[in-house]
Amino acid sequence: MTFDQTRSVAVDHQDCGISNGLSRRTLLKAGVAAGGGLALGFSLPPLFGDAMAAESSSFEPNAFVYIGSNGSVTLTMPYVEMGQGTYTSIPMLIAEELEVDLKQVRLEHAPPNEKFYGNPLLGGLQATGNSNAVRGSWQPLRQAGAAARTMLIAAAAKRWKVDPSTCHAEHGEVVHKASARRIKYGALVADVAQMPVPEKVAVKAPGEFKLIGTPAKRLDTPAKVNGKAVYGIDVRPPGVKIATLAQSPVFGGRVKSVDDTAAKKVKGVRRIVRLDDAVAVVADHMGAAKKGLAALSIQWDEGPHAKLDTSQIVRELEQATLNPGAVAQNIGDIEKAMAGAAKKVEATYLVPFLAHATMEPMNCTVHVHRDACEVWVGTQAMARAQAAAAKVTGLPLDKIVVHNHLLGGGFGRRLEIDGVTRATQIAMQVDGPVKVVWTREEDIQHGMYRPCFFDRFSASLDEKGMPVAWSHRFAGSSVMARWAPPFFNNGLDPDTTEGAIDLVYALPNMHVEYVRVEPPGIPTTFWRSVGPSHNVFVVESFMDELAAAAKQDPVAYRRALLDKSPRAKAVLDLAAQKAGWGQPLPKGVGRGVSLQFAFASYLSHVAEVEVSKDGSVRVRRVTSAIDCGTVVNPDTVRAQIQSAVMFGVTAALYGEITLKDGRVEQTNFDTYQILRMNEAPTVEVHIVQSSELPGGIGETGTSAIMPAVANAIFAATGKRLRKLPVDQTALRYG
Amino acid sequence: MAYTIKVNGTAHTVDVDGDTPLLWVLRDVVGMTGTKFGCGMALCGACTVHMNGAPIRSCLTPVQSVGNAAITTIEAIGNTAAGRKIQKAWLDLEVVQCGYCQSGQIMSASALLASNPHPDDSAIDDAMSGNICRCGTYNRIREAIKRAATSPGAGGKES
Repeated sequence: MTFDQTRSVAVDHQDCGISNGLSRRTLLKAGVAAGGGLALGFSLPPLFGDAMAAESSSFEPNAFVYIGSNGSVTLTMPYVEMGQGTYTSIPMLIAEELEVDLKQVRLEHAPPNEKFYGNPLLGGLQATGNSNAVRGSWQPLRQAGAAARTMLIAAAAKRWKVDPSTCHAEHGEVVHKASARRIKYGALVADVAQMPVPEKVAVKAPGEFKLIGTPAKRLDTPAKVNGKAVYGIDVRPPGVKIATLAQSPVFGGRVKSVDDTAAKKVKGVRRIVRLDDAVAVVADHMGAAKKGLAALSIQWDEGPHAKLDTSQIVRELEQATLNPGAVAQNIGDIEKAMAGAAKKVEATYLVPFLAHATMEPMNCTVHVHRDACEVWVGTQAMARAQAAAAKVTGLPLDKIVVHNHLLGGGFGRRLEIDGVTRATQIAMQVDGPVKVVWTREEDIQHGMYRPCFFDRFSASLDEKGMPVAWSHRFAGSSVMARWAPPFFNNGLDPDTTEGAIDLVYALPNMHVEYVRVEPPGIPTTFWRSVGPSHNVFVVESFMDELAAAAKQDPVAYRRALLDKSPRAKAVLDLAAQKAGWGQPLPKGVGRGVSLQFAFASYLSHVAEVEVSKDGSVRVRRVTSAIDCGTVVNPDTVRAQIQSAVMFGVTAALYGEITLKDGRVEQTNFDTYQILRMNEAPTVEVHIVQSSELPGGIGETGTSAIMPAVANAIFAATGKRLRKLPVDQTALRYG
Repeated sequence: MAYTIKVNGTAHTVDVDGDTPLLWVLRDVVGMTGTKFGCGMALCGACTVHMNGAPIRSCLTPVQSVGNAAITTIEAIGNTAAGRKIQKAWLDLEVVQCGYCQSGQIMSASALLASNPHPDDSAIDDAMSGNICRCGTYNRIREAIKRAATSPGAGGKES
């Protein structure tokens, strides 16, 4: 979701290097911290619209570095850790400039605080998502570190009565080499806290980096291999009861009646909580809660969606693409170009609803006191979690304490606070703290889902087979319109269209329209790789169709359209070369390629796929080339691409949420399959060395792998798949 | 009724129904939260613990079936030779992302290594395909098991 597309694209063309100066006068504030240390406040740009935030004249710090009088360094920031490596890559930025060892930096979850950590452009939202953390922190964190280092050196030089330029910093100390004097930061913080923040500081040039670009060990993992890490589901405040719940099996339904006679007899069951549209069983432990839930007899008033079926939603979307939508991008004159073309290609595509299925099922622990409320949860959106509990309890925000914990996967699901709302509703009827844990079935059947989209394409080719006109119209839900309404304007939002517009390819005539259709009876939300999760699949599949129609090699065909996108061309070339593109493969095996610019990173995948005679598909090998600009932690880049590929292959081969009689049909990992060890491809990641600004890496690999798999299946079988997940029964041969 | 189970060498007496899955006894009654809940149907392996050294899914193991068996959980797997090697390889190769499934992955991998000191790819597939990782750390899990298998003093019996 790049909210200023022209600026982001311009990065590619203008060779935008790394700035070495600090231009904003009010970027930093320094002061004495509680306990006598040094506190530095600075601004991280908001989740959305970082370009706009950089232009903002007001200064409200939303991140803080504390240097204690014992020399300890603590970074408090609004980004949360959910496996993406933020707790390591962000401290690397500060450690680099501050000249401290990475292990010296401790990172703390920021508390929910709209004033300090909120995003002014989203009404105070505090969130982690959109592969944004390193991108947003890159300049401000390094500048904060450099400013602190400059001030520490100045303070030491003043004590020693020497010129600051004769001193340097290393390993948390200021050193005056000529006199062999050293002083630890901790001894200087009181002096520094009184000093003005320098208006201009120099951050390091790439050649001076000691940490950035090296594979740093992750800071959050030791506790994750011995059972000590505490996720939201692991909290145990004294006296906590465990609850599990049944929500209306049809979205929008209501509880008509409950017979809890048998449930109350289950050993360990303490209480049955009846809500308008859900019933919860509160017990001493989850075993009793589940047993109690199974013993309940609930009659539901299923409401208006009782007969809803996914095919109805698909029909409605398909119909919507026959009518004009909001114009997301127009280049040239498509009608004129279509009229004079040598060949026309048309296709429609369909992508399904998808669940997140985080390994840690949804859960939230709440203790409602008489005049306050405490919430324990792993969330991507702290301030929203706080607001949700405030709304249910009727308490003011400052009476809601939210403890954030590690997330057992987020993928967008934990940007939503429906779970906090639900848990607080239950906690309102319980004395003491209650941990509400969703069963896996409840987690999958009452999720919020990546929207289903229907896409209609047409293109025309010139006599050489190259595209002269590209038309794309698609219909589906806008998550942004609900989640952050200010970003939905004139029928468009920047997320739903990312990956469908501003393509890397030089297309002389292009027209893209979006028709917003909100499906009834099923809630939608962000899902790893967000808008591109849909758009890149259809765009890169259709581009492959054009290459096939032109009887050209898919890599060469794309390459011919990339003269104005050198970084895109470079990753395509690298992926193709490393994958052995063009080398012969056995029957039933094919290679497919994809190319993507999203989250400010360039990525190309080559998937090697084997289709057996019974139609079963195995993704054997994936070769990825990524240019994400300056790399902070290369091992995290590799890990995230490997991870994103598995996530996307899972979706391509298995992912689908369907409704029948208003109910989600999938229930657990038997019907909502996840890729397993014996099915996992080998993923090779090749990183382009670059000194461009950092791009995002958490999501980009997911959207790009789905078309690579479908294109590889085409190469292996000659069958074009225009619908996900892959219909393996349609691929039988021999 | 009351059941006494032996977890990581310590006896715990719990007063629950006999059909209560061991997972909830460990997490909610004994208070050891390293063992994770993922599916409740033995489909994902997040709840894997060892019973007399063999990996079991605690989400479907009734507490009444445990008897006098020695239960080992993630909290104590580092006290075994194989577990120690696996944990070290997991950190050396940076296997972990969100980490939620990794207790179960490590328990399955430790049991594999204890029974088969040099597992090949096929043995790794057999032992590990019951453990889902939504972060998709499979490449590194495979590599880490092989690393652990070749590290000094690897494998062997539980100590």
